[in-house]
Amino acid sequence: MPEAKVIVAKEADVEPRINEWKRFCRVFLARKIIWLALFVIALLLFTAVFGPWLAPYKPNEQNLADSMAPPSRKHLLGTDRLGIDTFSRLIYGARTALIVGVATSFTSAIVGTLLGMVAGFMGGVVNTVIMRFMDALMGFPMIVLALLLAGVLGSGMLNIIIALTVANVPGYTRLMCGMTLSVKENDYIMAQRSIGSSSFRILAKHIFPNTLQPMVVMLTTSLGGIILAEASLSFLGIGIVPPDVAWGSMVADGYKYLQTNPILSFAPGICIMLVVFSFNIIGDGLRDALDPRLRGTL
Amino acid sequence: MSQSNEIILKVNDLKMYFPVTRGLLRKKVAEIKAVDGVSFELKKGETLGLVGESGCGKTTVGRCVSRLYQPTGGEIIFEGEDIAALPEKDLKRIRRKVSLIFQDPYSSLDPRQSAGSIVGEPLIVHKITKDKIDYHRRVETLFQLVGLDPALMNRYPHEFSGGQRQRIGIARSLASNPSLIICDEPVSALDVSIQAQIINLLLDLKEAGETELTYIFIAHDLSVVKHISDRVAVMYLGRIVELTTPQELYENPLHPYTQALLSAVPVPDPEIEEKRERIILEGEVPSPLNPPSGCALHQRCPIAKPECREVIPPLSDRGGGHLVACIRA
Repeated sequence: MPEAKVIVAKEADVEPRINEWKRFCRVFLARKIIWLALFVIALLLFTAVFGPWLAPYKPNEQNLADSMAPPSRKHLLGTDRLGIDTFSRLIYGARTALIVGVATSFTSAIVGTLLGMVAGFMGGVVNTVIMRFMDALMGFPMIVLALLLAGVLGSGMLNIIIALTVANVPGYTRLMCGMTLSVKENDYIMAQRSIGSSSFRILAKHIFPNTLQPMVVMLTTSLGGIILAEASLSFLGIGIVPPDVAWGSMVADGYKYLQTNPILSFAPGICIMLVVFSFNIIGDGLRDALDPRLRGTL
Repeated sequence: MSQSNEIILKVNDLKMYFPVTRGLLRKKVAEIKAVDGVSFELKKGETLGLVGESGCGKTTVGRCVSRLYQPTGGEIIFEGEDIAALPEKDLKRIRRKVSLIFQDPYSSLDPRQSAGSIVGEPLIVHKITKDKIDYHRRVETLFQLVGLDPALMNRYPHEFSGGQRQRIGIARSLASNPSLIICDEPVSALDVSIQAQIINLLLDLKEAGETELTYIFIAHDLSVVKHISDRVAVMYLGRIVELTTPQELYENPLHPYTQALLSAVPVPDPEIEEKRERIILEGEVPSPLNPPSGCALHQRCPIAKPECREVIPPLSDRGGGHLVACIRA
């Protein structure tokens, strides 16, 4: 290598570093409602992890003497027909909601990403086969598909996760296929090919990182939808079955006493609403904060 | 400019047809003849300028030679080996020796990679450096070579200006110590003042490297090409119509298309500019989907004769290596 030449661009000539992370935080946290959503999610996480220590009773501990008790110091949110403490059940239900939500969204994100990237990158017949199959899956409304699968596989947490994953994969596949198709057209991908990078390296090191932002947004937004879907399935009686506790089945159990003891349905219903709402708000916030068009303006 | 007589690249009757497909079964309904029988030779250390208007196939020629495209036909003999039909798995060693500089410095750098790792990528892909320290040192040298402060290695592309980004692209293309660099309109996206800097950088690099660099310089700006090239090939509709030295091309253009092209270059003197005679070709460039028979220019050529419609004119020597493809010139 020859001697160093005249340096044209010195450190000082280039604009000061734009700290992407700082800018992101500023935009993201500027909205007050985000703080509320973050608080709800933090609370959800906390109760899910420390549930057994927080709950005053076991989730299936019956006490027929206290059946249908109104809220009191002994039972913060009252009890149901079998005298089970509603507040304790809510706390255990948080764990179910979070496990199902996180497990489903991550497995469907992983499967969808792999399928979508392969379909987008290979193109041609592979793309046609994968995407038409996904279109067929998408033809069913998510809840109907999950209902069908849960009906076939049976109830239980694992089966619900599988059913909801199958129902969620098409969305991720479509997103990733579209992102891969658009990122692949960039000159820097052609530049990588001209250097001699393998297809795997191009996919993993250059295409994947450039598709990450919409992925993160979708992951957060879909978490709310999945928790809602799990609640719906449990409400319909083919989701989580006892001894596991789910908010959806709590709503269904309390539904019969809506006029006499509405708190039995309302308490879990409000929990579902708050969590789903919070995930959606965070998803929206992430989408806006990560939007490259807002770079430098906000 | 220093150049040996060793021929590094010989392109023979290169053809690149892109299929036009339709329907679910991807039935081929037509072909776009982007490059249709291009031949040229390149000596080691030489710079060949490739000019022509948009869509004439100059970029396609570059991408075929670098084997980003699999040509439909013809030979590409690079360092004595025909690489035109080489399968993908054998291309890696060619990729190390032939590199590309892209037109758009904004889309040719991965926005999620730091400048240093963009430049160092070929070193990793081809396992050129022994260890971390060696890698770091080489990237540093490459930065200095193209006039960038190595302290900027950890910056991301969006923090650089267009010219600086193009320097990063050039550093990347030099990393694997290539013998042939295809510059695909490397300056057309830049400001005029920056253009000169980049052109001079490319010229300096040619002298500076340990291996003698050969360039194929693709451009649509004739004045840029004149400055950098040893020989210039003028392309029209997928074929080379004239190939000679830039001096000869400017003083004695033989092909009617070249004459028209040169007459379109503005002169920075209003008086001469006003009196200057301009040759205006009638009509539009025909579609490469359905190129005209015979000489591709015959419908627009001011000196065409009936036989121009039938005969495809061969590229023939008119003395001193001045090649022209026209039966009338």
